[in-house]
Amino acid sequence: MNELLKLVHGVVNWGMDTAESMNAGVLIDASVFYALMWVSVLAALGVVLCRNVVHSALLLTASFIGVGCLYIYMDSPFIGAVQFLVYGGAVAILIVMALMLTRRDDMAHSNLSRSLFCQAGAAVISGAFFLCISVASLMTQFREMSAELGDSVTGLADMMLTKYILPFEVAAVLLLIAMIGALVIAKGAHES
Amino acid sequence: MKIMGDFGGLGIFFVVTLIFPITALIPAFLLQPRHPTKQKGIPYECGVDTIGKTYVQYRIGYFLYALIFLVFDIETVFLYPWAVRFGALGLFALLEMFLFLGILGLGLWYAWKKGALSWK
Amino acid sequence: MMDIFSLSAVDILNWSVHIGLTHFLLLAALLFSIGLYGLLTRRGIIPTLMCVELMLNAANINLVAFNHYRPVTDFSGQLMAVFSIAVAASEVAIGIALAFRIYRERGSVNIDELNHMKG
Repeated sequence: MNELLKLVHGVVNWGMDTAESMNAGVLIDASVFYALMWVSVLAALGVVLCRNVVHSALLLTASFIGVGCLYIYMDSPFIGAVQFLVYGGAVAILIVMALMLTRRDDMAHSNLSRSLFCQAGAAVISGAFFLCISVASLMTQFREMSAELGDSVTGLADMMLTKYILPFEVAAVLLLIAMIGALVIAKGAHES
Repeated sequence: MKIMGDFGGLGIFFVVTLIFPITALIPAFLLQPRHPTKQKGIPYECGVDTIGKTYVQYRIGYFLYALIFLVFDIETVFLYPWAVRFGALGLFALLEMFLFLGILGLGLWYAWKKGALSWK
Repeated sequence: MMDIFSLSAVDILNWSVHIGLTHFLLLAALLFSIGLYGLLTRRGIIPTLMCVELMLNAANINLVAFNHYRPVTDFSGQLMAVFSIAVAASEVAIGIALAFRIYRERGSVNIDELNHMKG
């Protein structure tokens, strides 16, 4: 009981101190982060747990958009825009298109899971993975510092077209190969 | 703080745009009369009743268009920073970008030749 | 982080309010684990692809977070994220084309039934 009282007292004191030092900006910052975090995490959980695969696809888009907002939160508006454009736009369209191309008999139970035993095993594996990573990142003392880097689009352009010119061209080749490969695979099915 | 800088206004805008329709919808939801029938539940309340499944299989042409859209969407992502820094980067970057566009143009040419763009 | 057991409630509250690199790492780990769980339990090809996309997203969050919160001098993390997004998009294009082809040839998008490689 005493411990509980002390805890409540500490929390109230902390709230008063924060309000007094006019640190409302920190609280707004944190609430924005947690709101975006819950949007992306709950949508991701929905993707994994939904019985209807169309709902999964739509929730996946919601998760992508939440993550894109988090990029903007991290002062990386260009990556956020890329996330909206590529993931929230093109990839989402492609996945919904794939669902439309492959017909199912019963849409309400289209997203089947494996057996209960298998689900429990998967939960243990992914839970253990999460535990490992979170303990590792909590134990590590990161030297945090938000350096003033200037405009990200300008910096990205300078790096992309001078130092990282080869990966840039290889990305083009990769996209070309992906496009031709997907066309060949999909068109072949069309003709047969 | 940080979040109230560049995108704070946008965030407030989003919150307000969320509040407005919700405050409009809540009284409507509370006051509406509810008499659901089976007829009201079908996709088109008037017109011919649907026969069979409403999930139909679409043709491959839609997927091919979406695929080409995806590739050129990513091309836009790479093109945008270059366009912002066009003046400073000069001729070399211009040539590099034309090489990039040429490689992707090859894909478009192939798709065209294979008839992926013809709508049958 | 210091000794976890010596932390008081106020310390934890303070930590949870001052958003830093660790918060983003935890979020990315959570998203990755959710994707991993889905990858292991789903049976269709397209839901599996969706889970892979979730995991790639978690990796991208890490790249951007390290770029933002660590004392770096350039945008290499963000550039890697851009390349990673391009690779992920190519992957999903190929994956869906394969799913479509398999569906046409076998009439099924269930991974468990695809246990032989012979065309």
